[in-house]
Amino acid sequence: MTSGSSFLSTVPQLMEWGLRGPTLAPSRAFRLKLIAVLGFLALWSAVSTAVILLKLFNPIFLPGPWVVAGALVTLAVKGQLWGHIAATLERVAIGFSTGAVLAVGIGLPTGYFRVIRNLVEPVVELLRPIPPLAMLPLFLVWVGIGETSKVGFITYATFFPMFLTTVHAVGQMDPLLVRAAQSLGARPSQLFFRVILPAALPDVLTGLRLGIALSFFVIVISEFIGAEQGLGFLINDGRSFFLVPQMLGAAVLLGLFGYAGNALVRLAERRLLRWQFP
Amino acid sequence: MMAKIQIAGVSKAFGNGVPALAGIDLDVAARELVCLLGPSGCGKSTLLNIVAGFLAPTTGRVLVDGTPVTGPGADRGVVFQEYVLFPWLTVAGNVEFGPTLTGVPTEERRRTAARYLEMVGLRAHAEKFPVQLSGGMKQRVAIARALANSPSIILMDEPFGALDAQTREILQDELSKIQRVEHKTIIFVTHSIREAVYLGDRVVVMTSAPGCIKQVFDIKLPDVRDRFAPDFTQYEAEITRLVKEEVAKVHE
Repeated sequence: MTSGSSFLSTVPQLMEWGLRGPTLAPSRAFRLKLIAVLGFLALWSAVSTAVILLKLFNPIFLPGPWVVAGALVTLAVKGQLWGHIAATLERVAIGFSTGAVLAVGIGLPTGYFRVIRNLVEPVVELLRPIPPLAMLPLFLVWVGIGETSKVGFITYATFFPMFLTTVHAVGQMDPLLVRAAQSLGARPSQLFFRVILPAALPDVLTGLRLGIALSFFVIVISEFIGAEQGLGFLINDGRSFFLVPQMLGAAVLLGLFGYAGNALVRLAERRLLRWQFP
Repeated sequence: MMAKIQIAGVSKAFGNGVPALAGIDLDVAARELVCLLGPSGCGKSTLLNIVAGFLAPTTGRVLVDGTPVTGPGADRGVVFQEYVLFPWLTVAGNVEFGPTLTGVPTEERRRTAARYLEMVGLRAHAEKFPVQLSGGMKQRVAIARALANSPSIILMDEPFGALDAQTREILQDELSKIQRVEHKTIIFVTHSIREAVYLGDRVVVMTSAPGCIKQVFDIKLPDVRDRFAPDFTQYEAEITRLVKEEVAKVHE
């Protein structure tokens, strides 16, 4: 015996092992993911090339990835792309963070105090089943087609999932943690910031990831209607002028930004929730 | 001299109307360690929760230094059976939690935490998180956390109940040692007769349904106790007989 490394001696190791065998080495996992992405691009290229060669239908409907990339480069070189990206990201950033602050700020006390819960929950439960998109025209009627309606709409749409995960997280927490803190002298405000918030944080962060995904979902649609900038505008503009590469390019960018937003929260999770798997 | 903790006419009935506690009168002197002993369901934990301020009594009241208890407070540290450490804080972070709330300067806080972690033998584990600790280690942290907040009273609710027999005896030894240095006023809930005789200055035997005090034993044994000494086993036997009567009554 040279080392104990072959033994599953610690709990974290056992958990990592799980039921499906050992986890892959990070380099191997990365290689597999890279292969998957390249494979997808290859398939896309193959199909669009086949369309051109076999004259299946007008190739303008399904440009290859290189054409889409070319369209984006052209827009970037002409200097138009940055304004659209900035517009969308700014709306998402403001709308989402406002939604997150409201959802967590209202969600924590709602989850903790029964009285507030009974006051707030019926209203939320009545509004929640309404698809947020059904409210978009109302937003436009109320606050016009400016920035406020777009940002406000993201806030409205993202509030619900983030609020519900926060309330649920507080409901799930061990009530003895509160007692322990009270016996150590915690005042109500200290209870919220030092006990309830950190105890709820794992689920709250999951809620934030849902919220980010939803932000990109709804911003596109509000940018279809009465916007002069933004990636959603680019898509709609592409439709009017039959610029399929531009439409696909903007969609790809939206996908990439959504992915990046998710990765950002995951990064925060790894830092903030280190205590779960130290 | 006024008792440190005065429990006067305390009874408790829960929502279903079944009384859990009836007419408890008990005075605990400063620096005394009182063990509440009884079969499960005798309301000993309920009584502890009332003293802690987590539950309000249905009748009667609890006074600490002559002031009625109205809720939990930093003057009464609590050690739970389930440890209840803050999982997102390190061992040191948990121990410093109380002092942090009152704004004790970082330097002093660190010193206090180090001192109590040393006392429970966990100095080397200060930077670990609770998930990395065994049950015995977690309970040591919980004890250090309570002590570091310097309460005059510590309430312990079957603190060693979830531990294996060996760890349990080791922690009893440690608590006994700590008490000889710290001289806290301690109410210690247990259903282990040996544990009660080993730790208690007095052992309060409770009856069940509704819980009342059946008998109070003054344990006149030296501070450092020997679990195999004849007078130790004599107390054990005497209390066992009494508890058996109670358990038999429940089954009748």
